[in-house]
Amino acid sequence: MTELNSKIPKGQLAEKWTNYKAHTNLVNPANKRRLDVIVVGTGLAGASAAASLAELGFKVKNFCYQDSPRRAHSIAAQGGINAAKNYQNDGDSVYRLFYDTIKGGDYRAREANVYRLAEVSNAIIDQCVAQGVPFAREYGGLLDNRSFGGAQVSRTFYARGQTGQQLLLGAYSALSRQVKKGNVELYTRHEMLDVVLVEGRARGIIVRDMVTGAIERYAAHAVVLATGGYGNVFFLSTNAMGSNATAIWKAFKRGAFFGNPSFTQIHPTCIPVHGDFQSKLTLMSESLRNDGRIWVPKNKEDAEKIRQGKLQPTQIKEEDRDYYLERRYPAFGNLVPRDVASRAAKERCDAGYGVGDTGLAVYLDFSDAINRLGKNVIEARYGNLFQMYEKIVDENPYETPMMIYPAVHYTMGGLWVDYELMTTIPGLYAIGEANFSDHGANRLGASALMQGLADGYFVLPYTIQNYLSDQIRVPKFSTDLPEFKQTEEEAADRLRKLMEVKGKQTVDSFHKRLGHIMWEYVGMGRNEAGLKKAIVEIAKLREEFWKDVKITGGMNEINPELEKAGRVADFLELGELMARDALIRNESCGGHFREEYQTPEGEALRDDQNLMYVAAWEFTGDNTEPRLNKEALDYEFVEVKQRNYK
Amino acid sequence: MDLTLKIWRQKNATSKGKFVTYKVNGISPNSSFLEMMDILNESLVVKGEDPVAFDHDCREGICGACSMYINGRPHGPDKAITTCQLHMRRFKDGDTIVIEPWRARPFPVLKDLIVDRTAFDKIIQAGGYISVNTGGIPDANAIPIPRANAELSMDAAACIGCGACVAACKNASAMLFVSAKVSQFERLPEGKPEAAERGQATVAEIDRLGFGN
Repeated sequence: MTELNSKIPKGQLAEKWTNYKAHTNLVNPANKRRLDVIVVGTGLAGASAAASLAELGFKVKNFCYQDSPRRAHSIAAQGGINAAKNYQNDGDSVYRLFYDTIKGGDYRAREANVYRLAEVSNAIIDQCVAQGVPFAREYGGLLDNRSFGGAQVSRTFYARGQTGQQLLLGAYSALSRQVKKGNVELYTRHEMLDVVLVEGRARGIIVRDMVTGAIERYAAHAVVLATGGYGNVFFLSTNAMGSNATAIWKAFKRGAFFGNPSFTQIHPTCIPVHGDFQSKLTLMSESLRNDGRIWVPKNKEDAEKIRQGKLQPTQIKEEDRDYYLERRYPAFGNLVPRDVASRAAKERCDAGYGVGDTGLAVYLDFSDAINRLGKNVIEARYGNLFQMYEKIVDENPYETPMMIYPAVHYTMGGLWVDYELMTTIPGLYAIGEANFSDHGANRLGASALMQGLADGYFVLPYTIQNYLSDQIRVPKFSTDLPEFKQTEEEAADRLRKLMEVKGKQTVDSFHKRLGHIMWEYVGMGRNEAGLKKAIVEIAKLREEFWKDVKITGGMNEINPELEKAGRVADFLELGELMARDALIRNESCGGHFREEYQTPEGEALRDDQNLMYVAAWEFTGDNTEPRLNKEALDYEFVEVKQRNYK
Repeated sequence: MDLTLKIWRQKNATSKGKFVTYKVNGISPNSSFLEMMDILNESLVVKGEDPVAFDHDCREGICGACSMYINGRPHGPDKAITTCQLHMRRFKDGDTIVIEPWRARPFPVLKDLIVDRTAFDKIIQAGGYISVNTGGIPDANAIPIPRANAELSMDAAACIGCGACVAACKNASAMLFVSAKVSQFERLPEGKPEAAERGQATVAEIDRLGFGN
C-alpha cells in the first residue's frame, strides 16, 4: 500500500490555513509570466481558477467541450451558495458551517479541508457581489438568506432559482476580462483525451478539436482538472448531457488515485422518470423544501387509486396523509440532508405508498405555504421552478402537489487530492466536483457552489504556487517531446479502434444498459450480492461494447456519436470501480447505503472502527484489479457521532 | 404521434446545405422536442446514416446551448423557453415541423443545426464585466442596494446567451444581448464606475463582428 501524504498543516484547526498561507512558497511577478498553467473545465471551479491565476500573472490555457465557457453545468445549479456570514444573527459561525458539513458528510471528509472551506466561504460572497452578481436582497438593501437541508441556520445566499447561473456568469466575466488582456487563451469545443506525463510530472494534455477532429497537444508547467462529476455513469441523472469522466478517468489511468468512487449523491427532489425515451432528469431545487411539505397517502388503498388515476391528491384528507419526514425526523422535518430524504422516499415507495402512474413518486405540497404566505410570495421565491415543472409535467403545482423522486445528482467521490488539491501525480491538480475532498459521504445543499468557488478563487491560487515556485527554472515545454507524441498516438488509436468496431448497437443503447446496472445495483440501496453481480455484468457489457458498438460518421468532423462513444467507454470502466469501492465499504454512510448495515430504524450504520478512511484506488493495468490504498481520517477536533436529525 | 420533419442538413461550414425530410412515428406527447430528435437520430444511426448534429447540454433551459429555429421561430412556438423545454404535446399528430439552425452572418453554421456563437463571448470579452480582481473585497453588505434595483438587475442578468434574439431579428441585431449585460451592471453600484465605457466597448464590438442594428 502506498503511504498517502495529505500534507495537512500542523496546529489548531482554525490556524492551519492561516499558517499555511504565511509559510508557503510564492512565485515573484516576473517569474509568473514565464509559467504556463492548463485548466480543463470552465465551470465554477475552472473559470474562477483560470481567472484568478491569470490575474496573478500566470499564463493560462483554459479548455471546455461546450461552445462557450458560460455553458458549463454549474450554470444549472438552482438553490444557492452557503457562507458563514451570520447576517441573520441566528448563531452561525465558521465553526458551525464546518461542523454541519463534516456531520452532513457522515464523518468521511477531512477536518482540515472542510474547515478551510468554511473559512473562505465569506470571501466568496464578497467577491461575487463585487462582480455584479445580483443576489436576492431585503427591502433595506442587505442580502437575503434562505435555509437548506442539514442546517438549523439560514446561511444560503441565492439569486432566485438561478444561483449557479449568476455565480458562473460572474466567474465567466472575470475569465473574459483575462482573455481580453491576453492572459488566458480559451479553447472551446475542445475535449481533453489524456494527460501527458514527463518524468513523472503532469506537463500537458492531449485534446480533440471537436469541430475539425484534429488531435492536438498542449504543454504547461502544471495541469488543473476542473471537469466536474461523473453522475452520467448512471445514464439518467441531473447532469448535463455532455458531463463526463474522461479527463479524471484518464488521469486515474496515468497514476492519479481515485478517492471514494462509490460516494454518489441521489437528490431527493427531482421530477420523476416518465418514459424509456427520456434523456435526462430535472432537479427541483432543494430550496423548495423550505416551504413544501413532503407526503404520501397513509393508506395503501388511496395510493393505489391515485396510481390508477381514480383519485386526486387534493381529495386526500389531511388526516390521511403521511408527512413521513416530519414524522420520522421532527427536529429537521422536511429539511433533513439529501441522503436521508432520498432513502425515506424510496422506503415509502418500495412499501407500496408511492404515487404517480409508476408508483415511483412522492408529493411535495405547497398548499400550506400558499395559504400562509399567499401565492405571490411563493411565486417570487420559486416562480421559475414552478414554471419549469409545469412545462415538463403539464400540471400546475400551485393547484396540485408536485411529484418528485430521487435522482443521481452529484458525485462526492473524485480524484484523491492532498490539502494543496494536488493529485498523486506531481503537478496535476483536481478542483471542484472533480476531486473527492470536502463532502465526505454526502454533500449538503448549496455547498457545491461554495466548494467550486473556494477551490478556484481562494485555495488553488495559493497552493499551486508552492509547486510552481520550484519550476521557475524549467523552460517552456516543447510538445515535440516523445512523451507528447506517444500519448497523442495512444489517444488517436483509441478513437480509431472505436470507429473500426463497426458493430450493430448504438452508443446510447450501451449507455442505457450501463445505467440500468448502476441504478439497480450501485444506486440508492446496495448489497454484497448485487455489487458482485454488477462487477461481472459491467465487464461483460464492456466487452460487448468493444465488439459491437456502431459509430457513424468520420473522425475528422463534428461527430457527436464518436464523442459519446469515448465517454461511454470510460464510464464502462469507472462503473466497475464504483461497484468495487461500494463492495469493500462494509458499512452505510451518507449516500452510500449498504442494506446489510442499518440500524433497527433503517438509518445508516457506520463502522468507524474499520472504515474511517478514504479509499484511494490505484490503477494497476487494464487486466488487473485496482489496488486499494487507505488514508486514515483523524478526527482531532470534532467528536464523531451517529448522525441524528431527529 | 406521427410527424414529418424537414431538417436543414449541412455537412460543414463550407458546404451547401439543404432540407431533408424525415418521418418519425409513435412519439409520446410527453417527450421533449430534443428527446424526439434523439429518437430520430437513434433510428438514423441504426440505418447507418449520419445523425442530425445539434447543440444541447443541460436540457433544463438554462445553459443556452440548444438553438433550433422551429417553424419560423427560435425555440419554437412557446414564449420564454428554450428548445429543450419545448414538449411534443404542443404539436398535433400528423404535423410537419421545419427545423433550421440560427440564421445570422455572425453565427456561421458549423454542421446541420450547430452554429458558431463565439461572437457572443467576444462581446463580453470587449467589456461585459466589472473590472475586479480576486480578493481584497469589502464586506458584501457594505453597500446596501435597493431591492427594486437588485431585482431589475436580476431580470437583465437572467439572459442565457442562446442567441435567439439575433436569430429572431431580420437584421441579426445583438442589441438585446448587449443591453441585458449593460443594464444588469448599470443597476448596481459596483457596475456604475465603468458603465459608459462598458456600453461603448460592447456596442463597438457588435459592429465589428458584423451584427446588424
